[in-house]
Amino acid sequence: MNRPLSWFNITSLTLGFTFLYLPMVILIIYSFNASKLVTVWAGFSTKWYVRLLHDEQFLDAAWVTLKVAVCSSTLATILGTMAAYALVRMRRFPGRTLFSGMVYAPLVMPDVIIGLSLLLLFIAIGLDRGVFTIVLAHTTFAMCYVAIVVSSRLTSFDESLEEAALDLGCTPFDAFKSVTLPIIAPAVISGWLLSFTLSLDDLVIASFVTGPSSTTLPIKIFSSIRLGVNPEINALSTIMIGLVTVGVLVASLVSRNTIAKREREELEANLAPVTEPAMASVTEGVVRDEEIEDARASGARG
Amino acid sequence: MNLRRLLIVIVPYAWLVGLFLIPFLIILKISLSDTAIAIPPYTPTLDLSAGWAGIKEFFSELDLENYYFLWTDSLYWKSFVSSITIATISTFLTLLVGFPIAYAMARAPSAWRPTLMMLVILPFWTSFLIRVYSWMGILSTNGFLNNFLMWTGLIDSPFHILNTPTAVYIGIVYTYLPFMILPIYSTLEKMDISLLEAAEDLGCTSRSAFWLVTVPLARYGIIAGCFLVFIPVNGEFVIPSLLGGSRINMIGKVLWDEFFNNRDWPVASAVAIILLLILVVPIVLFQRVQQKQEEATV
Amino acid sequence: MGQNAATTAFAPWNDPDANPLIRFENVTKRFGDFTAVNNLNLTVYEREFFALLGASGCGKTTLLRMLAGFETPTSGHILLDGQHINGVPPNKRAVNMMFQSYALFPHLSVWDNIAFGLRRTKMEKDEIGDRVQEMLRLTQLEPFGRRKPHQLSGGQRQRVALARSLAKAPKLLLLDEPLAALDKKLRQETQFELMDIQEKTGTTFVIVTHDQEEAMTVASRVAVMNKGNLLQVATPGEIYEGPNSVYVADFIGEVNIIEGTAKIVGPDELAIQYSENAPPIHAKIETEGFSDGQSVSYAIRPEKIGVSLTQDDPRPNKVKGTVIDIAYLGSTSTYHVRLDCGQMFSAQMTNVRRIEHREITWEDTVWLSWSNSAGLVLVK
Repeated sequence: MNRPLSWFNITSLTLGFTFLYLPMVILIIYSFNASKLVTVWAGFSTKWYVRLLHDEQFLDAAWVTLKVAVCSSTLATILGTMAAYALVRMRRFPGRTLFSGMVYAPLVMPDVIIGLSLLLLFIAIGLDRGVFTIVLAHTTFAMCYVAIVVSSRLTSFDESLEEAALDLGCTPFDAFKSVTLPIIAPAVISGWLLSFTLSLDDLVIASFVTGPSSTTLPIKIFSSIRLGVNPEINALSTIMIGLVTVGVLVASLVSRNTIAKREREELEANLAPVTEPAMASVTEGVVRDEEIEDARASGARG
Repeated sequence: MNLRRLLIVIVPYAWLVGLFLIPFLIILKISLSDTAIAIPPYTPTLDLSAGWAGIKEFFSELDLENYYFLWTDSLYWKSFVSSITIATISTFLTLLVGFPIAYAMARAPSAWRPTLMMLVILPFWTSFLIRVYSWMGILSTNGFLNNFLMWTGLIDSPFHILNTPTAVYIGIVYTYLPFMILPIYSTLEKMDISLLEAAEDLGCTSRSAFWLVTVPLARYGIIAGCFLVFIPVNGEFVIPSLLGGSRINMIGKVLWDEFFNNRDWPVASAVAIILLLILVVPIVLFQRVQQKQEEATV
Repeated sequence: MGQNAATTAFAPWNDPDANPLIRFENVTKRFGDFTAVNNLNLTVYEREFFALLGASGCGKTTLLRMLAGFETPTSGHILLDGQHINGVPPNKRAVNMMFQSYALFPHLSVWDNIAFGLRRTKMEKDEIGDRVQEMLRLTQLEPFGRRKPHQLSGGQRQRVALARSLAKAPKLLLLDEPLAALDKKLRQETQFELMDIQEKTGTTFVIVTHDQEEAMTVASRVAVMNKGNLLQVATPGEIYEGPNSVYVADFIGEVNIIEGTAKIVGPDELAIQYSENAPPIHAKIETEGFSDGQSVSYAIRPEKIGVSLTQDDPRPNKVKGTVIDIAYLGSTSTYHVRLDCGQMFSAQMTNVRRIEHREITWEDTVWLSWSNSAGLVLVK
């Protein structure tokens, strides 16, 4: 499998990743541009960052976004994990088809429709729009993503682990808490991270269901870039890209190390020769075996 | 089923019924109602205090008027057609760009692959809005691309790219590329390289082995990738409004304008319902492909 | 099972006064249209090492899972120590199970895996520690207490699973294909370990296996199952020497089966006519239940047949045939012989002489001979 790459493949990789990363690199470079005209380079400056950090509106929006993201991703993780458990472990209950349909549908439903429908609901029941309604909306679509991530982990999960826990005296709830949850934890965590990112990222749904007093960061960004490129937004983008990059790098390094360590340990365990005590007991066993044979023979006769 | 197990089903179930199914039914209902200058801006509203008569009256006033209106006003059906056209063309373009990258990733030394994977996923975690925005600075008339081309002397006067369909295609390909690369990569990566060696051993050239072995084996990944791009692009709002200017009309944008600018809720709802109807076919097809793929891997 | 051999044999199933530990009464289990276990009656006694043997899908695992409490019988009763346990959930049964996949908790160390069940009881912390230590000693895992399951080899994992399921000192231990994941050599070694541990702890073991050699090696009694039915329950020796059906005879070890019609030719003697041109096979057997002209199957094990180039063998049953193939297995050789009637027979001979001195070779005409009491007559 490790043949050297052909020139065609090297070219596709180089061009592909240039295409993916160049726009962001340019964005980052121009965030340090001294000129207000975003496209003309006028020397290095961090003034847009300073200005951004003193912009009350942006800071407020960031705070609202963070609050919404933390609340909705936590709620979504709880609900999504429950939904996944119901879908994978309970094979029969009334309305299961409708339920699984509702879990999958928001994944393919356009944002505009989800946003519109939720807004119409909130108006119909007379709910004041604001942070609370955004949290409700984000929880609803994020829980479906969590459900998918967690259910794929649950599907690959050896069900006899849960049975073993029951067999050893756990109540079903106990078994979930002490066996299932620790094992699916990586999926639950990545479900949380995914919901968190989705919530941070969402413009369309939040625009529909928000009230006049609560503006999230994407709404703020959208309203200022609609009119054109804005150096403050470049600075903000750089900060966000930086945070995500660090996060993803750390996460992937940690997970890669864990996997590598695990593989190494598995290899070592299987390469290790059968341990001494085991061999000793085998010879013992053979001796005893003859006695047993005798006993059996007499047992069969008697 | 004991109480705890019951709760595990009922809580998420009730949540989805309340915040997904019922809102959807409300859209359906409003799409059949009439516009009114009132709050909320539509009639009839369901008056439960009037009892059975109220419900009866409510249903009798529902009609397909809004849908008829969408049919007669060319603005709407043109925007539907243009959405589907843009989605189709950009799906094809994304495949064209994405396949070679996925292919090269799958052929790369196995030590590189996790890093390459991470590089594809990283943009997915960064804000969608920012990724679209990054092209505004590049494509604008006095933007990076035009400055660069004029500096090299290839052109004398700047291109108009921003606010044209080209900009929309670039934006879509750029933002949806990971959705195309990942499923194709995962099928290609699982492919046994000895299949290609067998094909060449049996007399294929490496080019015909590619078309006869690699592509058929990657077909589920290709199809999945295409649906993953095609379906959401139809409802796209951010890309056409930031890169497409006023001349590009896609359904998502029409719905937004109808709702926020014209405050015509019944028409906005009807647009939403039709968008869903358009997407039902590819969604069902997509699920069938996924199922087949699962069966194939078992 | 072995310890009292000198004085009395361990055979509670022959004692009409013995109380069985497990009793299945007319147990049936259906999954939709599929009947996994069909109207089954069975008793297992304390301190037995009981093997459920059968091909995959025969219902043996379902039987085991009903004992563990993961399945409830569709009809019938299961009694453990005289108590009905049909509706008792698995966590309330004094029964533990060792899973085929071992089901070791990947997030817990060996020590915590073994302590897992004990922590669900009211046991004191110190006591738990002592018990885990005891289990580690029993399974020779003392150096590995702090390791995680993925840091162990297959054989070590198997022992952790055993230690974990024995830690609560269950009345009954269920083992679902406990050795299937091990390679052949390790499997044979582990069989003796299992027997050793069963003997030391005095626990009743019920093991499910598809490997007849394994069942014969470890078990005090073997139950052969097919398609949800119990075919025969007996000691390994009885089941090998006296299978009650063609299926059992064929499933346990190698056997030559020949079809024919029976004729009572004397007290306790049957003649089986299997071919028009050959003299009948004589079998010394209880003739009760047989009648003249009845169609029967005659079963004979290969090692009970002698192969010779001459007719000198004194044994009364003699059949002529041609050697088609010889499989040299070291200590023994198996001769595949085509009888004149066309049927293939295998005969096994001990290689007492070196191979170059062997006188029989391919295409030789040979005589197969065996005694009147060597074979069995089975009614179809």
